[in-house]
Amino acid sequence: MSINLDIRLKRADKIYHENENVVGVIVISSNSDFKHEGITLTMEGIVNLQVSSKNVGIIEAFYNSVKPIQLINLPCDVTGPGKLPSGVTEIPFEIPLKPKANKVLYETYHGVYVNISYGLRCDIKRSFLSKDLQKCQQFLIQYRPGCNPSREISVKNSRSPVHFELNPTMLTSTAPGAPDFLLKGELNTVCCNITKPFIGKLMLVHCAIAVRSIELQLVRVETCGCAEGYAREATEIQNIQIGDGDVPRNIPIPIYMIFPRLFTCPTLITNNFKIEFEVNIVVVFENDHLITNNFPIILVRE
Amino acid sequence: MALNAIEWKTRTNIKPKINPLQKTVVNEHPLKVVTVTERIPRKIFGSQPSTGRTTPVSTPASILEPLTLALKQLDPLSEFTMQEIDPLSKMAAERDVTDAISSVSSKVVDDNPFINMEPWASRKAGILSKYTTSEKLSIITSFLAEGEKVILKAQSTAVDKVQHRLEQLDCFEEGSQRKLDLSQSEYIGRIEQLNRELVSAWHSEQRVKALKIAIQCAKLLADTDVLPFYPSKFVLITDILDTFGKLVYDRLRMKADYYKPGSSKAVPLPEDFTPDMVPPSAKETCLNWFYKIASIRELVPRLYVELALVRSYNFISSNDCPDALKRVTDMIHGVGNPLVAVYARCYLCRVGINVSSKKDHCSFLIKNFTGFLDSYQHLFSRSVKHELHKQNMHMSTYMTLYTPALDFILEGAVCKVNDNVLSDLINTCSKLKNSSLILNTIMSGFKPTYIAEQALEFLNMIGNCTDDGIPLHLLLRTLGLCLTICPPPTEQRKQILTIVWKYIAQLHNPGDYITCTEAWVPYVVQYFSTREINAMLGDIIDHMVPNRCYEKYYSELKLIIGKVVSHIPDFELLLVMDNFLPLIDLFQQDSVRVEVCKNILTLCNNETKTSDPVITNTLMFLCSVLHDSVNALTPEDEYKQIGEILCNVVRKVDYGRDFEHQLNFYVEARGAFSNIDVVLAELVQCVNSLSVNTRQIVKGIHTRKTGDFVRACAAYCFITIPSIVSERSRLELYLLSGQVALFNQCLGQADACFKAALAMIPTLEDAPAKAEAFLISYIKTFLSTLLVVPDNPEKGVLSLTRILLNVLREFEWNKQNCGLGTIYVNVIDMLSVMAQEVYPYHVDKVESNDSLYGSDPKFISEINNICSIVVGELLNLLQELGSCRRQSQIAVDLFVRIATRGDLNSGPVFHLALNLWQLSLKNGYCDVKYMIKTKDYLRRCSATNNMLQQLVQKMAVPQI
Repeated sequence: MSINLDIRLKRADKIYHENENVVGVIVISSNSDFKHEGITLTMEGIVNLQVSSKNVGIIEAFYNSVKPIQLINLPCDVTGPGKLPSGVTEIPFEIPLKPKANKVLYETYHGVYVNISYGLRCDIKRSFLSKDLQKCQQFLIQYRPGCNPSREISVKNSRSPVHFELNPTMLTSTAPGAPDFLLKGELNTVCCNITKPFIGKLMLVHCAIAVRSIELQLVRVETCGCAEGYAREATEIQNIQIGDGDVPRNIPIPIYMIFPRLFTCPTLITNNFKIEFEVNIVVVFENDHLITNNFPIILVRE
Repeated sequence: MALNAIEWKTRTNIKPKINPLQKTVVNEHPLKVVTVTERIPRKIFGSQPSTGRTTPVSTPASILEPLTLALKQLDPLSEFTMQEIDPLSKMAAERDVTDAISSVSSKVVDDNPFINMEPWASRKAGILSKYTTSEKLSIITSFLAEGEKVILKAQSTAVDKVQHRLEQLDCFEEGSQRKLDLSQSEYIGRIEQLNRELVSAWHSEQRVKALKIAIQCAKLLADTDVLPFYPSKFVLITDILDTFGKLVYDRLRMKADYYKPGSSKAVPLPEDFTPDMVPPSAKETCLNWFYKIASIRELVPRLYVELALVRSYNFISSNDCPDALKRVTDMIHGVGNPLVAVYARCYLCRVGINVSSKKDHCSFLIKNFTGFLDSYQHLFSRSVKHELHKQNMHMSTYMTLYTPALDFILEGAVCKVNDNVLSDLINTCSKLKNSSLILNTIMSGFKPTYIAEQALEFLNMIGNCTDDGIPLHLLLRTLGLCLTICPPPTEQRKQILTIVWKYIAQLHNPGDYITCTEAWVPYVVQYFSTREINAMLGDIIDHMVPNRCYEKYYSELKLIIGKVVSHIPDFELLLVMDNFLPLIDLFQQDSVRVEVCKNILTLCNNETKTSDPVITNTLMFLCSVLHDSVNALTPEDEYKQIGEILCNVVRKVDYGRDFEHQLNFYVEARGAFSNIDVVLAELVQCVNSLSVNTRQIVKGIHTRKTGDFVRACAAYCFITIPSIVSERSRLELYLLSGQVALFNQCLGQADACFKAALAMIPTLEDAPAKAEAFLISYIKTFLSTLLVVPDNPEKGVLSLTRILLNVLREFEWNKQNCGLGTIYVNVIDMLSVMAQEVYPYHVDKVESNDSLYGSDPKFISEINNICSIVVGELLNLLQELGSCRRQSQIAVDLFVRIATRGDLNSGPVFHLALNLWQLSLKNGYCDVKYMIKTKDYLRRCSATNNMLQQLVQKMAVPQI
């Protein structure tokens, strides 16, 4: 006897916004009748905070703040104990997406130290002789365009293009090996819409030695903690090459990067944790010398 | 045997009633297959009858002898060779056609602007054969392990499946990648293997693996460690990427069943779907693909894979695709290696042309070209020089690596923009330093009409190019090719030639000289007079003779000759040129020389006749080269082809009314071409028609002079025929020559020909000539000729017929078929007609036996004697044959002859007839319907003939 349990959401992209209804069906297929002790469907939303091993000492001091934060926990009884016929049974459901009191539904995000995830869990309880059945189905939360919960961000929001220029005199570290060069560039904005690519251009005006590669590094900066103390970790999300080999001089090279889904979300600052992003423009010269220019960016959904 | 000793009597007063047959005049042989012999745009000949062939094929007009041309289609081989005209003239022809069409239908909206462009598929082969290497190539991959170590185990549960996939991914990741050093062919093999691997991975649901293979392939394009092979590598790898793009696109389309408005049944997306028809789930999958490839780390693979998938943007929105093309165009600036960049642009254009709808402006095409121009100076940067130095390559060779990609981009761009943009481009180009590469590309990419108008300007620019990129001779060559397709304005032609020749004269390396000259030959030949052409040929000879350097350039010289011959308006002028034969003399190697002569003679197959002795001499010289090349080892086809060419030349020479001169030519030709059968046969035919023409001119009344001449013709035939090898054509020609001689009242000669033919029959050895089907019909023809041949007074009555009968009896016939029986029946026919007072036909001005003998009783009895013998023989044959269907047939045939031609008043004849009728009925082999018809026929004939009436009454007919 085999019973298959599945949760199918109506939306193909599985993206929902706050206050919407999550609509779908529970599909149970079985080749014979079976009894059960009740079916429940639970909607859950959780922020998981992890501690990096190197910070474990500090974190232990305020251990309380790293326990998971529940955003939603909404169990629904689908049906009481009963019997299901053989064949395919479809049970439609519709659950309003509402956070627990005093909580906000943050966007789904998968990072290294911070994870925000949402899911539906269907449990079929069985008599003590048989195994209970369980099925989980993840879904995604996105803010409605223009509605970002971190209000303070949109205040310092600046949309004007950012110009930059790099030459050896501006380098902070004075390690030897940097050739004579001049790099000019422009970013369309550092306050970016997460659904639109990160755009700009840069131009190598002159350079004494050949360039090996020009790269864009997208970095997440995750902070766990609270006012008393915190652990801040910066890790690479992705590294995109925009210039390969000795690029032609004085020709604008486009800066273009799509923000990956799930691994990025609008910049989020809460009392317990922060998720921020930065972009590094990395130029590697032929002699393996490497220069980096860092731009903190703000992501919003519009 | 009593039965067989029958005394024959012929009815001598048969009045044959001749019904005139219906005749209609036709221009074409009714059996001829209609073929279009020239490339003519259909539009002009709109009223031509449908030919049943869809494509007009250019066919050689007359290299086949007229009869075969009329009756059979071209043999596929020669058709093939004719289609293989050199690409340039083909291009020229196609341009002509398309120009003609577009001028006719300029109002019709051009729905495919790239129609003039050579499609990528046909360029591929060229690139692959041109850019090769003997160096070791390296490939870094994890998918080509000799023994695939992925163990496929039964994936029963979902957990297993996931685990298995993870393992697989791990094993593709770092560690298992290996660098292999391969030769070129191995490398190509590996790439093909990757292609198969990709497809099989895709079909076994391992889409991630497929993507990884695609990425790894694209990665190979980022490195140029073996420069000369790069264009070929590009071709090979982009094929894989195309496959990948198609797989993704097809799968998305398959997933994207859509619901027609108002219908609840899902149907596959139509070809021209719009994004709003695509269901969200397919859109989601598609987006996933693009998110995935947007995170590819390295630039070059990311660009290539995105381009490979660019068509799938149509599932998301209709703007994304053009936007992506525009964006990638800019992003290619980030590729540091100019060669890699230009090929990426080429791939972009290639993909872009395919995905753009017809109304798009395709601005990416021109943008990519200007993009290349922007970074053009980068080609001369330090890093490139460094790489060239490392790979020991010269700048000019390096430049040629760019041409396939640039040509493609520019040709595409030119299809979409107007001339203003082009002149802007030229201005930009003239301002650039080191512009030879771009100049070359522009000349080969732009419409030749445009180039031709500005030819002088281009020449000027060529003169100013002093960089070490594309060398001068190649630039000149490109310009030459343009001008061949489209001529410059008339008033500039002379000036252009002067300037060009000034440049060409500076080329000291014979290789450079000849490649450049080759391109200019058609220009000179088409637009200038004999003097210039002759001078040019002289110049070529001057350059080629020192140090015997022509030996190295046979193929170029061959092309030159081909171009001269095919472009020259008047072929005869060429043959009389001083420098033509010396040029051919440059071909010292026999095989090449033969090939050149063959090409010339094949190309000169127009119908015009010539009577100029110099031309004739030249033609004869060329032909003798061909003729002398034939030896025992020559393949059959080659032999046939040469034969046809020579025949064609023989037909070409025509001295008009100067018949004696013509005959002299034929005598000469016989001497020169004695090795080739077909030519000898052709010569005999020619001489015969000469002889007939003579008679027609004198209207049958020969003077002494013409009489001598036709006898000379007959003598020519008589002595030429024996040297023909083919027995069959010898037999036929003897008969024909005999007939012609008879027609010209040369009785002795005719007699000799007929006797020679008869003398041949017993000694036949060839299978085809011995074939009874041929021999029977041949002898029937022979018999009908014999009817009008007057008896030779010295040889006695019917001497030729007697000889024939003797020959027939000696011949070894197949007993079963009883061919001899059939012939005997015909002999009886002939003899009984011969006994008539007036023969049904005569040769004009030749007295046949009817007027010679005037139905003399002795003559008649002689005929009856022979008939009796023949009938006797025939009855013997029937007896030998035994009862069978054949026996019954021959018996009926003979019966009909006796009933219609024999004198039934004679008792034995009457009985013989009746016996034969019985014989044919016996054993039930008879064709009953035929017998009934025969009886009906005889009954109708019997109105005036008593005996026949009696016979008919006695004829028993079997019941059906």
